[in-house]
Amino acid sequence: MSRIGKIARRTFLIGSAAVVGGVAIGAWYVSRPAPNPLTPQEGEASLNAFVVIDGNGVTLVAPRAEMGQGVRTTWAALLAEELDVNWEDIKVIHGPAAAAYYNSAMMASALPGIEYRKSEFTRNLGEALGVIGKVFEMQITGGSTAMRDGYERMRATGAAAREMLKEAAAKRLDVKARDLRTEGGAVIAPDGTRLTYSELAADAAAQDPRDVALRDPSQWRYLGKSLPRVDIVEKSTGTATFGIDVRVEGMKFAALKVSPRRGAMNGFDASAARTMPGVEQIVDVGDGVAVVASNTWLAMQALEAITFDWGPAPYPATTDAIFAPIAAALGAEPTATPRDDGDASTVPDGATVVEADYSAPYLAHATMEPMNATALIDADGLTIWAGNQGPTILRDRCAEVAGLDADQVTVHTTYMGGGFGRRGEVDFGQYATRVAMALPGVPVQLTWSREEDMTHDFYRPGTMARMRGAVKNGTAVMLDAQVASPSPSQQALKRWMGFAPGGPDNVITEGLANQPYAIPNYRCRNHQADVAVPIGFWRSVGNSHNGFYMESFMDEMAHAAGADPLDFRLDLARREWAPAAGVLQAVKDMSGWTGQTPDGTGRGVAMCYAFGTPVATVIEVQDEGGAIRIAKAWMACDPGIALDPSIIEAQMFGGLVYGLSAAMSEEITFDNGIAQQENFPDYEALRIHQMPQVEVRILETLPHISGVGEPGTPGAAPALANALFDLTGKRARQLPLNKMFDFI
Amino acid sequence: MTTTLTINGTRHSVDLPDDLPLLWVLRDEIGLTGTKYGCGVAACGACTVHIDGEAVRSCQVALSDVWGDVTTIEGHGTPDALSALQQAWIDHQVAQCGYCQSGQIMQAAALLAQAPSPTDAEIDEAMQGNLCRCGTYPRIRAAIHSAAKAMEG
Ligand code: FES
Ligand code: FES
Repeated sequence: MSRIGKIARRTFLIGSAAVVGGVAIGAWYVSRPAPNPLTPQEGEASLNAFVVIDGNGVTLVAPRAEMGQGVRTTWAALLAEELDVNWEDIKVIHGPAAAAYYNSAMMASALPGIEYRKSEFTRNLGEALGVIGKVFEMQITGGSTAMRDGYERMRATGAAAREMLKEAAAKRLDVKARDLRTEGGAVIAPDGTRLTYSELAADAAAQDPRDVALRDPSQWRYLGKSLPRVDIVEKSTGTATFGIDVRVEGMKFAALKVSPRRGAMNGFDASAARTMPGVEQIVDVGDGVAVVASNTWLAMQALEAITFDWGPAPYPATTDAIFAPIAAALGAEPTATPRDDGDASTVPDGATVVEADYSAPYLAHATMEPMNATALIDADGLTIWAGNQGPTILRDRCAEVAGLDADQVTVHTTYMGGGFGRRGEVDFGQYATRVAMALPGVPVQLTWSREEDMTHDFYRPGTMARMRGAVKNGTAVMLDAQVASPSPSQQALKRWMGFAPGGPDNVITEGLANQPYAIPNYRCRNHQADVAVPIGFWRSVGNSHNGFYMESFMDEMAHAAGADPLDFRLDLARREWAPAAGVLQAVKDMSGWTGQTPDGTGRGVAMCYAFGTPVATVIEVQDEGGAIRIAKAWMACDPGIALDPSIIEAQMFGGLVYGLSAAMSEEITFDNGIAQQENFPDYEALRIHQMPQVEVRILETLPHISGVGEPGTPGAAPALANALFDLTGKRARQLPLNKMFDFI
Repeated sequence: MTTTLTINGTRHSVDLPDDLPLLWVLRDEIGLTGTKYGCGVAACGACTVHIDGEAVRSCQVALSDVWGDVTTIEGHGTPDALSALQQAWIDHQVAQCGYCQSGQIMQAAALLAQAPSPTDAEIDEAMQGNLCRCGTYPRIRAAIHSAAKAMEG
């Protein structure tokens, strides 16, 4: 770091460094810049976590992994907006795992309190406290934080770099910097002289980075417009390299089978497998076996010929037995009461009580690309190639397995064939590391079969809710929600950090405790259950089940109150938080909602506030001779600032599909300690013929930018269940819905 | 046993077990990784390629049963020579994670060869074997319609 300048209006720091033939520049939130993660290599000037300008132009070192949400595209646009370089000329690469890439926004969201109620002051404080992320060296793609994280930092970096380039040009041309302008990757003098950034890059490194005001959105050229995604050509031509496509000289292929009960392996007999075609090595990975072969399929075949003696599961053997402690937790003392407005233990005078119990199953992520990683152990240490959502954690946990220091491990993050929270885990990398340890000097790609992937997930936990409410004069006057769930955060942090902090897990109640409705007596209680079934973060996390509980129950209350379900919500939202009312009003207008539906048609609405973004969804179902078609959906979201409307729209309907798939038919059940669903025929996801026509509207009234990757998911199940109620009069209180309804 | 295959117009001789699925010949032996593994049981369509112009699940076709010329996504079009379908995929910004898209495009190409301007119902029928966990279906549908128009004109 050659020098540090300060951008006063935020807690940013801009750092710059001279690199071979150019300058590297980046912005950090913290009072000291994190150690620079990139090591300069011979003839290549890459030193900075964020942007490198040199003879080759502008390179953005993107700290975020790409799993489908267009992060790389929008970050490049953020940078281009201030740097005055053509957006498509920015080369975007993934940075290696490094401390500088800590994820501040995710940690900021962990601040206590209900987020939509936070003042701008608390929000800024939260961003400043993002420094906590660095302590954990968390570099995570998830929590819908990518845009919140990059929005200020990328623009600040671009602005500071632009001014440094102008200073360098001013000195060279002996003119005043303020008389210069920038355009298309060049500084232009009043007399028309053009100096490209590449020519100026080395001189720019000698300038001090300064505090520069960011441009007003009215001047934006890229942001706010739909841009062609930088990855779109590769992904339309089969040339994008996913983890499973990594090919390294001399690489072998391996397949894996570990205990289906997630417990110990007492023994195995591989004698028949050893002589099978292509088989090169059988590796004991502790709780299972990997076969290394000349071809992935041959390795998979050989695994089928191995007999195993698996130990018992560390959790109850059947779905019913797994849900028993969850049900018991619901009846026990709460772990926490994250919301307690008014008095929710007394039914207000003259009010009508509504009560219902709900539940939702365990769910697999089922990313389209099964888990995999490629690993090599050689004299330099360990190299891992994998699509992953948390490279620093992956590096540290794999280093531990290999008995190496973290700095002896290099993680190459590839494209991900879906993440949805699953690729924030480290197991795929750890198993690949174990296999590589058995074959020093040989790169090995370990690919999980779909069956292995689905039966060894860190599932969305099964949960139960007890809802009690009261309505009077057409509105809700009381809501008392209890939810019981095992803690995904404690399990995940234990896997990531080796320890789990105590205290209540707020993701258990998210989507239930923090909804923006003006219900005067509103309580939400968290009943943490202790169940050892491996669980983790699943797109939208607690909101994924709580959205169903909250918004189905809101419908029940609306009906009990004799009110129109949409107007009932609209009234309660209006009195609490305008953006929530805004999205409801939008779907009301878009769908032409009248509260009346013809015979054979049903409509349902849901509004969920998640990850800072309110989203309202209306779904229309049609009865087609006994089978139900999900015909139409209208969604409105308010992420504050719509940086790239096309990507936001795709995230909205993509999130809806993910939620609808789960709502209609997905469920992981257990027998004999083993997950019963192994592949897509048993775990059906929504297909094109089931896809409703979707219309998405993006509002921009929030004063800050918020996430879009997950908030589209939670409203899917309740909007569908409410539409089915409208169509059939049958209220579904359990998922998946195909237990009660036949879908097309 | 030595088997000779024609893949994207190039002949390849491989010495591999007869029952090795074409998918794994392409990916792990020939090095054509554009064709993806998703399920191995004909339930996702990620592995779709053409044999003599017909869309097939390459995870289900044993090496010894490959009955004609194989075309994979790499043979369908390239970044420098995009097919009309790929251009439509780009224009509509279809891909999210992108993993399913090779299979989607190969399936759609076979559909358009059969039905040059397919109806929504024909698209549903032809494409329902191709899963997309990212839910890109609305844009897949739109891209097929505009490719059909482009190819007509
Ligand atoms: S991998 Fe062949 S259909 Fe899924
Ligand atoms: S784009 Fe991700 S599975 Fe289709």
